[in-house]
Amino acid sequence: MKRAYAIAKKDMRIYYLKGPVVIFGVLSPTFLFLAFMVGRDLQIDFLIAGLLGMTVFFTSTSVSPVVAPTETQSKNLERLAACPVSITTILIGDILASVFFGVAISFIPILLGIAMGVTIIHPLILILGIVLATFCFSAMGLIFSSTPTSMTSTVMMLSTMIKFPLVFISGIFIPIRELPLWGQALASLSPLTYITDLCRYSLQGNTYNYYPIIVDIGALVVFLVIFMVAAIKLHEKSLPKRL
Amino acid sequence: MQNVITVKDLTKNYNGLRAVDHINFNVIKGEVFGFLGPNGAGKTTTIRMLTGIIKPGFGQISIMGFNIARDPIKAKQLMGVVPEMSNAYVELSAWNNLIFMADLYGVPKKTARQRAEALLNLFDLYDRKDHKIKTFSKGMKQKIIIAMALMNEPEILFLDEPTSGLDVQSARLIRDIIRKLNKDGKTIFLSTHYMEEANELCNKVAIINHGKIAAIDAPEQLKIRIGGLQRVEVSFNKPADISALSAIPEIINIRKKGDKLALYTNEPGSIIYKLVDYSRANNLKMVTLHTLTPSLEDVFITLTQEVG
Repeated sequence: MKRAYAIAKKDMRIYYLKGPVVIFGVLSPTFLFLAFMVGRDLQIDFLIAGLLGMTVFFTSTSVSPVVAPTETQSKNLERLAACPVSITTILIGDILASVFFGVAISFIPILLGIAMGVTIIHPLILILGIVLATFCFSAMGLIFSSTPTSMTSTVMMLSTMIKFPLVFISGIFIPIRELPLWGQALASLSPLTYITDLCRYSLQGNTYNYYPIIVDIGALVVFLVIFMVAAIKLHEKSLPKRL
Repeated sequence: MQNVITVKDLTKNYNGLRAVDHINFNVIKGEVFGFLGPNGAGKTTTIRMLTGIIKPGFGQISIMGFNIARDPIKAKQLMGVVPEMSNAYVELSAWNNLIFMADLYGVPKKTARQRAEALLNLFDLYDRKDHKIKTFSKGMKQKIIIAMALMNEPEILFLDEPTSGLDVQSARLIRDIIRKLNKDGKTIFLSTHYMEEANELCNKVAIINHGKIAAIDAPEQLKIRIGGLQRVEVSFNKPADISALSAIPEIINIRKKGDKLALYTNEPGSIIYKLVDYSRANNLKMVTLHTLTPSLEDVFITLTQEVG
């Protein structure tokens, strides 16, 4: 775990603590959010819950997909592969950095909401949800980065192609219960649905979530396990092709 | 004599092509083992398997008793590696790169700081410790990469082309450091394209070609083994007529080497007499004259052509 933490520290220094990354992590969901919300008469707690879910999603998947291709290109990966660390440790390190970043940036919409009069009704559930979701989305980002390429643009294109459609099917702009049956079925396949649902529960109250809380948490855990196992397997396969 | 690296029947295929073909060798504790071969011969693939970066297709590698396939972490813990295509983290300072390596090898913090300081002083980089690697010259970067490989005080140091592309001073410094590390008891596995470097540093060399080991022995033993190829190197004050020299029956082959001519022969003594006659007859003055036994480069060329 200490070695994974060392990798996380390295990632934070190289990839995360940069002005453009932080700004992009905040601006990207904000603009997307404003584009859909301006002119619609919606409650502020509904808006902030959606913005929070989306911020956690975008920030946690923003850098983790590009670490492996960047290190392939910069010839650091072979050095790392020669060290006494397993691929699992390297990936856990990448995830930890992404989690720290995701959790830190999630404070921005929370503080914005508090400033606008939103009350956090279930703070512990919100914290648990955010931490679980950042782990889950960071692991998802690692699946994108398993493509054996040194071109970050290829990975970003793949990541964007999957991330943006998920935003529209996860109950951020339209509550799940208002979706048609096929839309609800589709939403259940997106991990973003469950953190958004948890945010609604935490900020709007017991009647605004679609799934029971235990289902939301269980689904995030299941997605995390699936993404993590898939990322490890895929990276084990792709590492020799990167060298 | 204790074997620190044992390689048995090592084989690796890439896309249906055999990159490494059933190779066997041992590296003894405390020796500098040279690993030579032309481009594409299987050198880097072998080193990547030895250092646990890729898995062997077939065969066994033991690093100080640890099977690299079964215990990769324990085996890697004993090594320092300078891969051929490797870089330090350019966005991190020299200090942070070294400490990062120490963290990955589980070196305690206080020891890590002491080692980082000692290595930065050894490589004459202490003044630049807080500078990002992206501001370093190629030679400085290579020094840091080697320092990174030494942060865990490894028993075995793998160096893949450590002086490739470096200026003369940096290359000489790195060779001096290799000698010092070896004197301190470290086993060095050195892959290089520079035959003179291998000749100067290695106790034993293996030559690999087309994935197979063409020869393993001490450099001088290999030179004796190929025999026959002595040469006389001569330079004149004016250009000499190569075709006239070719008429000398004892000369087997002539190669032009800059302003010198290398005359390959089995009878260097009689060649010298003939050269004196030739220079008198053509009003030339000999500037330099050397008789040379086969070099490691000659061995390399002969052996890689034989297997090829």
